[in-house]
Amino acid sequence: MTQLTNKQTRMRKDQAMMAGVWASAGLTIIFLLWVVWHILSNGLSHVSWEFITGSYTRIGEASGIWAMIISTIYMVGLSLGIAAPIGIMTAIFLTEYAKPGSKLVAGIRFCIESLAGIPSIVYGLFGMTFFVTVLGLGFSIIAGALTLSMLILPVLIRTTEEALIAVPMSYREGGYALGSSKIYTIWRLILPNALPGIVTSIILSTGRVIGESAPVFLTAGMVTQIPESVLDSGRTLTVHLYKLTQELFTQHEWNQAYATATILIVLVLLLNLATKIIAARFDKHSH
Amino acid sequence: MNKLEVNNLNLFYGENHALKDISLPIPAKQVTALIGPSGCGKSTLLRTLNRMNDLVEGVKIEGDVMFEGENIYADIDVKQLRMRVGMVFQKPNPFPMSIYDNVAFGLKAQGEKDKELISEVVEESLRSAALWDEVKERLHTPAMGLSGGQQQRLCIARAIAMKPEVILMDEPTSALDPIATHKIEELMDELRKKFTIVIVTHSMNQAKRISDKTAFFWMGELVEHADTDTLFQHPVDSRTQGYVSGEFG
Ligand SMILES: Nc1ncnc2c1ncn2[C@@H]1O[C@H](COP(=O)(O)OP(=O)(O)O)[C@@H](O)[C@H]1O
Ligand SMILES: [Mg+2]
Repeated sequence: MTQLTNKQTRMRKDQAMMAGVWASAGLTIIFLLWVVWHILSNGLSHVSWEFITGSYTRIGEASGIWAMIISTIYMVGLSLGIAAPIGIMTAIFLTEYAKPGSKLVAGIRFCIESLAGIPSIVYGLFGMTFFVTVLGLGFSIIAGALTLSMLILPVLIRTTEEALIAVPMSYREGGYALGSSKIYTIWRLILPNALPGIVTSIILSTGRVIGESAPVFLTAGMVTQIPESVLDSGRTLTVHLYKLTQELFTQHEWNQAYATATILIVLVLLLNLATKIIAARFDKHSH
Repeated sequence: MNKLEVNNLNLFYGENHALKDISLPIPAKQVTALIGPSGCGKSTLLRTLNRMNDLVEGVKIEGDVMFEGENIYADIDVKQLRMRVGMVFQKPNPFPMSIYDNVAFGLKAQGEKDKELISEVVEESLRSAALWDEVKERLHTPAMGLSGGQQQRLCIARAIAMKPEVILMDEPTSALDPIATHKIEELMDELRKKFTIVIVTHSMNQAKRISDKTAFFWMGELVEHADTDTLFQHPVDSRTQGYVSGEFG
């Protein structure tokens, strides 16, 4: 008799657990859709061709974001152009060259993890002091990109490392057993197989660069012109949105903010989609 | 004439004394089988012959291995050694690329650019590995699409493409079904004419079928080695007797 009741309580507990799990998953999806819907429903109607390709003046009528789009592209390209090679080479060093478990590796790992934990505004402060002032780069795309590349480096290294470690040991053995050199084996066998992981980590870093605001305006400034060189200041989309939210006085400004947010959300969704497509494509290739 | 000679070889994985004072001659153009219970050091010994143990952290090796009179643990070019002493692994490990590129990999790694020459070597190697007829229509399809037995023969072709003198095989058929195993054994009968072969096997019947010499290992020691027939019919050591009569292992 007691056994039976026990069973019933257990079943009831199971059911409660299931309900909790489903409710949580449901809530997550609802929140996500809600945010996206909220932004898009308020913003999409204010996105137009003029808005995307037009210029911007602070007081005048022009509210286009073309300059911000260009600055964002520069910022993404330059930050990744700096951080990706360094990050990938560091990861190759850690997985393929350094002795596993050595003091050097432990030291580098510790640095990487510590760097990853520093709030991004601290990078901004450092960048503003060091790149902008000490190196004399001024508020510029390059100062911003250098700062952001430090910011994304830890994650780039970690994810690339994971991608390299996931390449089966048997490929390395097969390569070396043929008398192939370390460089060749890494270049032709290990890196190509780690590529999906590396590409994914680069896309995630792109999202990070697009998403940051404080460290960007502290180093790249907020000028709303199309930068003519990397030494010019530029305002990224996220910085633009931040700036807009500082001065929401008129309906028109609200609309601009939501329209900019809409562009950002679409960009991020597209990036996620790209990650999925790349992963799927590579998956098909290796089977 | 011995192709390889292992002399008083000791190998340590950290504290683990995995090979204990091994001395073993490996005659040219013959098949030498390494047998013994799991964990006795067969793979470890095999991997000392092309210095694959260099990849393992914390390995310490004493003694020497002479290859055509030259100590391979002296200051030699390991890449060169591995081209002359090829290896086939226990689990087929084709690279995730086309059949053609698998066989061409080693040549390209040596900087060979001549496309015609590479094509010739690929065909020749696939023929030598008895795989050509099965794959000639789909050389540029992924190697992962081949069956296990075909993959293993592809790995043999890949090794042959380097024109090695010795081929090391670590239980090359243990992951294969009986039919694929039979094919590989047939192939080895051809290969023995051209190459010196050292094969680790867990199957005593396989050792009997394909090898000229057999060496029996027990807990890191080489207990005895002899002509295959002699070792199986008149083992000297009681441990060998026990093992070949199937009492344990
Ligand atoms: N990479 C390695 N690192 C540490 N110990 C190893 C390694 N490979 C093998 N060993 C140890 O060496 C001994 C012999 O292993 P192995 O040569 O693989 O035996 P077998 O091939 O005869 O089964 C075992 O005790 C095994 O645990
Ligand atoms: Mg083994």
